[in-house]
Amino acid sequence: MSIPFPLPDDAILARRDEILAGLAPLLPPEALITTEDERRAFETDAFTAYRRVPLAVALPTTTEEVSAVLRFCHEQGVKVVARGAGTSLSGGAIPQTDAIVLGLSKLNRILDVNFPNRTARVQAGVTNLSITEAVSAEGFFYAPDPSSQLACTIGGNIGMNSGGAHCLKYGVTTNNVLGVRMVQMDGTILDLGGEAMDAPGYDLLGVMVGSEGQLGIVTEAVVRILPMAEDARPVLFGFDTSEEAGACVAAIIGAGIIPVAMEFMDKEAIAICEAFAKAGYPLDVGAMLIIEVEGSAVEMDAQLAKIIDIAKQHNVRVVRESKSAMETAAIWKGRKSAFGATGRLADYICMDGTVPTGQLSYVLKRTGEICAAAGHRVANVFHAGDGNMHPLIMFDVNDPKSAASAEYIGLELLKLCVDAGGCLTGEHGVGIEKRDLMRYQFTEEDLRQQMRVRAVFDPQWLLNPAKVFPLDGRN
Amino acid sequence: MTQLMQRLEPQSEQEACAIVKQARLDRWSLAIEGGGTRAGLGRPVPADAVLSTRRLTGITLYEPAELVISARAGTPLAEVEAALAAKGQMLPFEPADYRALYGTSGEPTIGAIAACNLSGPRRIQTGAARDALIGVRLVNGEAQAVKSGGRVMKNVTGLDLVKLTCGSHGTLGLLTEVTFKLLPRPQAQATLILDGLDDERAIAAMGSALSSPFEVSGAAHLPTGHDGTGAQTLLRLERDDVSLAYRAQKLTDRLAPFGALRRLEGEVSAALWRDIAQVKPLAKAHGPAIWKLSLPAHKATACMRAISESLGARYFYDWGGGLIWLAVMPGDDAGALRIRAAVAEAHGHATLMRAPDDIRKTQDVFAPLGAALMKVTSGIKQSFDPDGIFNPGRMYAGV
Repeated sequence: MSIPFPLPDDAILARRDEILAGLAPLLPPEALITTEDERRAFETDAFTAYRRVPLAVALPTTTEEVSAVLRFCHEQGVKVVARGAGTSLSGGAIPQTDAIVLGLSKLNRILDVNFPNRTARVQAGVTNLSITEAVSAEGFFYAPDPSSQLACTIGGNIGMNSGGAHCLKYGVTTNNVLGVRMVQMDGTILDLGGEAMDAPGYDLLGVMVGSEGQLGIVTEAVVRILPMAEDARPVLFGFDTSEEAGACVAAIIGAGIIPVAMEFMDKEAIAICEAFAKAGYPLDVGAMLIIEVEGSAVEMDAQLAKIIDIAKQHNVRVVRESKSAMETAAIWKGRKSAFGATGRLADYICMDGTVPTGQLSYVLKRTGEICAAAGHRVANVFHAGDGNMHPLIMFDVNDPKSAASAEYIGLELLKLCVDAGGCLTGEHGVGIEKRDLMRYQFTEEDLRQQMRVRAVFDPQWLLNPAKVFPLDGRN
Repeated sequence: MTQLMQRLEPQSEQEACAIVKQARLDRWSLAIEGGGTRAGLGRPVPADAVLSTRRLTGITLYEPAELVISARAGTPLAEVEAALAAKGQMLPFEPADYRALYGTSGEPTIGAIAACNLSGPRRIQTGAARDALIGVRLVNGEAQAVKSGGRVMKNVTGLDLVKLTCGSHGTLGLLTEVTFKLLPRPQAQATLILDGLDDERAIAAMGSALSSPFEVSGAAHLPTGHDGTGAQTLLRLERDDVSLAYRAQKLTDRLAPFGALRRLEGEVSAALWRDIAQVKPLAKAHGPAIWKLSLPAHKATACMRAISESLGARYFYDWGGGLIWLAVMPGDDAGALRIRAAVAEAHGHATLMRAPDDIRKTQDVFAPLGAALMKVTSGIKQSFDPDGIFNPGRMYAGV
C-alpha cells in the first residue's frame, strides 16, 4: 500500500488538549468526540485500505456551529476533513492525524418540500434515499441514485458530484442541485444559488459541486425533485461476448434511444451478483445488459421493441423482461449490491474511470488482459450508456504482494481510460486514491489553474488538504 | 466604436496565447467577440482591442453514437446545429438566439453560447447550457492554454472549471474549444394551449403539467397572447408519434379543470417556441428596456404584481413561471430599483438584458452580489486573469 499521507504537523499534535478545549464551548457536549475508541470509528471510509485516527470529531447540529468550528480551526491552523456517511470509495473522507473530522450526521432534517416549485430544501446529512422517500407519496423522486443511496448523504453527494445508474437520462448531482448553504474555512456562511433555476454571477455552485470538501462545507442544499415516470421496466439482455454487448449499447444510442439506464455486467459479475441476489440473471452468457425503459405500458412496449430489434442485430442470446415489481426489485438489487456481493468472495478495489462509449469493447478487452497477466480476477459491472467503468479487481488482503499488485493494476486501468480519451473518475471522486495520477490527465497549467481556484476559497489549504491534488507542487 | 479598435483574430489556440502574452506585456485589455450578435449583453467594456474568435472555427469531434460534439469557439451555431440535425440530434438546452432582441445580424457562435450560458424553453426539462457543457479549452490571463472536463459525460476529475467558465461572459479567459453532450432530436412535437387564464391560474396549470410524468419540455404563459390575442398558456411535448398522441391526451385530461385545450402540431408548434426562445413577443418594440427575471415559480405572480403596480410593463413567463421576460420604458434606471426589490422579495434575481449603453454603464446589469460573494467572485477573476485583460467590467465593476 503506497499512497503517502502528508507528515502530520507536530505543533498541532502537541497542542491537542488546547485545541479540544477551544472546540468544546462551540458545540453541545455530546457533539465533540475525543476518546480514542470513539474517534477510531472515523478513521477511514469505504476505501478501507487506508486509515488515520483524527485529532477529534465534531458533529455540529447547526450551520452556525459549523461556522464557529471552522472559524476556530482557521484561527488555530487546524485542518478539517468533512464527512457525510463515510461511504467514499476514493478515500475522500479519510482524515489525517493532525485534522479534525467535521461530520454532518446530526444535520439530518428535510427542512421544506416545495411541490409547486418542485424543489426540496434539506440539511447536508440527510441520506440520498430519504429525499425520495419524503416526496414519493406525491409522485416525485430525487434523481441521482448512487448504489450507496441508503446510507450516503446529500452533502457527500455534493462533495463528490455523485452519479448512479439512472443518470444517463436524469444527470448527476450537479444537474439536480439548485443551491447550497455552505461555510468557508474562515467561518463565512455563503448561499450559492437557491430555489430559482439559475443564479447571478459566476457559477460558484457548479465549482462547489464535486470539489471534494476542499472549498467549503455544505450544510444545506436545495435540490430539484422530478415527477416519477408512470412505470418502469428493466429488461435483461444476454450476449456471448462483451464486444457484442458494447456494440449494442452504441447502436441503441446511435438510433436515438436514451433508455433511463443501461448497465453492463460481465460473466464474472453476473455469477457473483446472481449468487447473492437470485435475480434470475442468465448464467450461461458472456455479458449482460440491464436496460430500463419507462413510461406507460404502450410507450415501454414500443421502445422495447426497437431496442430488442437492435439487440438482435448484435446476436442477443437471451431477452428477459421483468414481469412484476418483485422481479424489478430483484434485478436492481443484484446490480446495486455488486460491490458488496464481490466483497463476500474476495477483497477488491473498484476503479471508476470513464471512457468514450465507442472505446468500451477495447477497454474491456485490455482490462481482462492486464488483470489476467497479473494474476487477478476481475469483475466488470458499470454504467454502459455513459462509459463509466467499474472494474472490481480482486485480491487477498492478507498477502501484501497481492494487495500492492491490485493497487498497481488499478492505476494502470485508469491510465488506460485516460489514454482512450476518458478520465480518471466518473463519479467516485479523486480522493487520495487517484491524487497522484492527476498529472496523467492534466497538464501542470491545468492543475495550477484548479489549485488557484481552490486557494480562493481556502488560501491556507486547511480543508481536506491531502486529497485531489498531488502533494508536491502546490501553490 | 468597436469598428475603429484594433481587431485581433487568432487562427489557433497557440496564436491566441501569443496575443494574450503580448497584451499582458503591453497592459492592453481585450474585448472578446464571437459573432457580435450579443454585444449589448452585459456592461459596456472599455477595452484597448477586440479579440475575435472569427477564425477559430470548425467542428473538431462529432460522435453521434456517443452523444458528444466538440467545436472551436468561433464555429457558427448554425453550422453545429446543421451537423447535428443531419444525424437527428440536437443541443439539449435549446440555445437562445437574441438577434431579434438586440436588432443584430451575423451568426451567433457556439463559444458565446457557452460563455453566456444561454438556454431556451427546454431548460426546465433537459437542463441549461451549463448542464450540457462537458469540456472547455481556454486561454487564461497568463497566456496559458488550460483544459477542464473532457468528452465523456461522466467526469468528476478535479475542480469543475467548465461550470465556472460557463456564464462568465468572457471575463475569465478566451474559450478556444467547447464540448457539449447531446440528445436525440424528437421525431414530433405538439403544443397544447389553454386560453384566457389569469397569471395565477396559468402558473398553477403549468405547475400541474410539469408535475406530471409526461415530460413537458416547454411551459410558457403569454398574458396578452402571441399576437395580441387573449392570454395563452402553452405546453410543449416532444416525443415520437406513438408517445406524443398518448401523452397529449393524458395531459389534456389532467388539465381539464383549467379549461379546454387546443393543440398545435409540427412546424406551427416549432415556430411558436422559436419565437419564445428568441423573446419575440417583447423584442419587436425597440424602445423599452428588457429584463430577465429568474425566480421560484411559485413566487412569480406575486413578484409580477408588485412590479406592475408601479411600472407599466409588458411581460411573459417561461420555464413554468421560473423565468419572466419583462419590457419597461427605460427612464433613468430602467425600473431597476423597483424590479430588483420585487424580485429579491421573491428570492430570485434580475438581469438587465437590453438597455441603452448609458443605462448599462450606471446600472448593474447582473444582480449585485453581497460582500462575501463579491470577494469570492473577485478572487476567481484574479485566479484566471490577474491583470484584468479579458472583458474588464463586463459582469461587475472590477470583474
